[in-house]
Amino acid sequence: MARAVTTQRKAINTTLAWAIGLLIFFPILWTILTSFKTEAQAIANPPIFIGFDWTLENYSIVQERSNYMRFLWNSVIIAGGSTILGIIIAVPAAWSMAFVPSKRTKDILLWMLSTKMLPAVGVLYPIYLLFIQLGLLDSRIGLVIVMMLINLPIIVWMLYTYFREIPGEILEAARMDGASLREELLYVLTPMAIPGIASTILLNFILAWNEAFWTLNLTAVDAAPLTAFIASYSSPEGLFFAKLSAASTMAIAPILILGWFSQKQLVRGLTFGAVK
Amino acid sequence: MATQHSRSAARLMMAPAVVLLLGWMLVPLTMTLYFSFKNYLPLRGGDLGWAGFDNYVRFVSSSAFWPAVQTTLVIVGGVLLITVVLGILLAMLLDQPMWGQGVVRILVIAPFFVMPTVSALVWKNMFMDPVNGLFAHLWRFFGAEPVSWLSDASLSSIIMIVSWQWLPFATLILLTAIQSLDSEQLEAAEMDGAPALARFTNIILPHLGRAITIVILIQTIFLLSIFAEIFVTTGGAFGTRTLTYLIFQRVLESQNVGLGSAGGVYAIILANIVAIFLMRIVGKNLDA
Amino acid sequence: MGRIQLKQVTKSFGDVQVIPPLDLTIEDGEFTVFVGPSGCGKSTLLRLIAGLEDISSGSIDIDGADATNVPPAKRGLAMVFQSYALYPHMTVRKNIAFPLRMAKLDQAEIDKRVNGAASVLNLTDYLDRRPGQLSGGQRQRVAIGRAIVREPAAFLFDEPLSNLDAALRVGMRLEISELHKRLATTMIYVTHDQVEAMTMADKIVVLHAGVIEQVGSPLELYQRPRNTFVAGFIGSPKMNLITGSEATKHDATTIGIRPEHIDISETDGTWKGTIGVSEHLGSDTFFHVLCDASSEPLTVRASGERDLKYGTEVYLTPRLENLHRFDQQGLRIE
Repeated sequence: MARAVTTQRKAINTTLAWAIGLLIFFPILWTILTSFKTEAQAIANPPIFIGFDWTLENYSIVQERSNYMRFLWNSVIIAGGSTILGIIIAVPAAWSMAFVPSKRTKDILLWMLSTKMLPAVGVLYPIYLLFIQLGLLDSRIGLVIVMMLINLPIIVWMLYTYFREIPGEILEAARMDGASLREELLYVLTPMAIPGIASTILLNFILAWNEAFWTLNLTAVDAAPLTAFIASYSSPEGLFFAKLSAASTMAIAPILILGWFSQKQLVRGLTFGAVK
Repeated sequence: MATQHSRSAARLMMAPAVVLLLGWMLVPLTMTLYFSFKNYLPLRGGDLGWAGFDNYVRFVSSSAFWPAVQTTLVIVGGVLLITVVLGILLAMLLDQPMWGQGVVRILVIAPFFVMPTVSALVWKNMFMDPVNGLFAHLWRFFGAEPVSWLSDASLSSIIMIVSWQWLPFATLILLTAIQSLDSEQLEAAEMDGAPALARFTNIILPHLGRAITIVILIQTIFLLSIFAEIFVTTGGAFGTRTLTYLIFQRVLESQNVGLGSAGGVYAIILANIVAIFLMRIVGKNLDA
Repeated sequence: MGRIQLKQVTKSFGDVQVIPPLDLTIEDGEFTVFVGPSGCGKSTLLRLIAGLEDISSGSIDIDGADATNVPPAKRGLAMVFQSYALYPHMTVRKNIAFPLRMAKLDQAEIDKRVNGAASVLNLTDYLDRRPGQLSGGQRQRVAIGRAIVREPAAFLFDEPLSNLDAALRVGMRLEISELHKRLATTMIYVTHDQVEAMTMADKIVVLHAGVIEQVGSPLELYQRPRNTFVAGFIGSPKMNLITGSEATKHDATTIGIRPEHIDISETDGTWKGTIGVSEHLGSDTFFHVLCDASSEPLTVRASGERDLKYGTEVYLTPRLENLHRFDQQGLRIE
């Protein structure tokens, strides 16, 4: 049982936690604020927090100059495509391992996990070479495949841990009730697993969206997603804080929103069920 | 436990995932191993024959190797220390009753969702820029000389940026672990006369032990291969060239594939040493 | 109809044989209870009959037809699981209708049968709720409802009451017995609780390590246990089992005497002892008596009014006509 806590104590906790929370969040907040300033206000000393002339100018400049929408579209295709492809491959595999475990199931799961630990840089050249030879360099389909493969172990693991929470007796009951394997998956397992599948999709979309090794090394112009678009701002071209902020805000906003929905799944997905 | 019929169906349904991952692992790995024994310079003559262990020896004996190892260790160690210590404190604070807990949680977690290139650029320019950065303004306000963060304090700056990105992860996992602690245990300890500090060291910390280990292992694996943060901020200059970055430069910048591949094999071995420990813990958890 | 016959059935998991060759016939309309300690193979046996597990060798006949290789759905059996196994995303109505939908019955027939089952089980008011909104007892009834609408050849119950609290368990026990009387369908019921077995069964099958120790009516088992395992397992409190010199006096390795077959006196009797803990149930009192005749304390039943202080010296007299004798292998000596 939780005990009653004095209001004073609670007030101290609240103040402290909010102060730290805002401090940690500040870089993001500052980026968002700066994106609405003019370039001169963006670097003004002393810095201006709220009292500036709010403008949307930066957003339109960023879009005009760099065709932001194309990068956004690439990000959506790469993150979305790889996630959907991964789910299609992972659902049957996770079903098998969760409900028809064999002596090898554990070894297979751990082996899948071990492929995730392979440092990307160790296989950078082979992949680069294969991409050139298969004509996949700077193509969206190539990145969809790579993103799917690097996240497949996480997808399988997350689905596996969700499926394992569904009691096997329910599936057996369906079997006793005369459901075929297809009906069992369609009418019983899938509806029960929808929340788990949804969280898996969400987390993997985020991971693929933010991935910044393969997207930087395997794309140039055509397939470059937002990670590469932002990286192109690293070469200095005079005053550009406000535009950088506008571009950054657009790149992170969708994911920040999705991310807030997936906090709980984050723990499960990234610790492979080892922390609950 | 199941029937023969469902077992064969299961094998069939598992096949695509297993085959794909097997290919994804074996094909590039074999190629990396192959290249690592070759003198292979795509832009300067291509395949120049077998090299034996020359690449492995040269990679380790190059003047860049040991500094890169040192840089890698400093970054990984520094980030781990900061995120774990602050993560524990923050998780304990967030576990306390307060107003607006949900909102604070969101604020704290947010940096994890910022893509690495964005956080690196935002920190580099808007905070660490020696002329217009917020830190420069702050330093001038107190009458100090602004610091050129990414050239004069490059390593600490990168540690700071990366810690900011990974603190939410550590906090979130440790918070989850703290919340699973049975409050009756703490009450029993209180009844036994244990003061707050003793309760922390004797009950909370041991309870968090496993979660801390997992945080350390998973972060180590990710931190060993941080790339975008260095690529965008210093490009490996000013003593920020990690092992990963060194290999990247050998392979794609100087196009010495043989040498880079030998480095890649070292990186794989290094990551596997960490991975073995992580897999043990995860594996044990699977049995439970 | 529901006559189930197991012929030389075995089951192995890998190298471990959990059920050695076993023969058993369950007659049509019979309420058969499989009882035994946990890990005795009773649930495995039920799952073999259901078809949820393959048998390793032997055959299973249902109503004279070989069902060994028939998938569970086609065996015409219905099962009630320990966890109830209700589909959480479906309403009670949909749960009960599910097997009928799978059998492709027309909607009018489905509605008729679901409503019928609901009224029998007092679930009519809950048909539109989801399992999560029901109490344990109600969930149990939904699980039973899902089984009865199929009009199966036999019902299989896998420890259906073990998740209910004590009071509810007694009520559900009566409901299931009542249901059996009304439907007169074969029921196979697995439990580790010998009280459930005694109160509900027409026929009890006592299992131990995959082996059938004894098959018989509750009273047969109680009055004439075939071996020391059954003697110790059936009956509450347990039968007193005594080895050593007292047993030798009766030409046996072990003798058994039930608590109600020992007379207690403060003046004279066969065995001398001292009162240990006494348990007052109101109707009866059970004394645990430390006694030279036995290494374990003996349990003795006396009337509820009887009150003897801890440490009182007493004399016990077993009624010899109710004495059970067992040989070296633990088998009953007639």
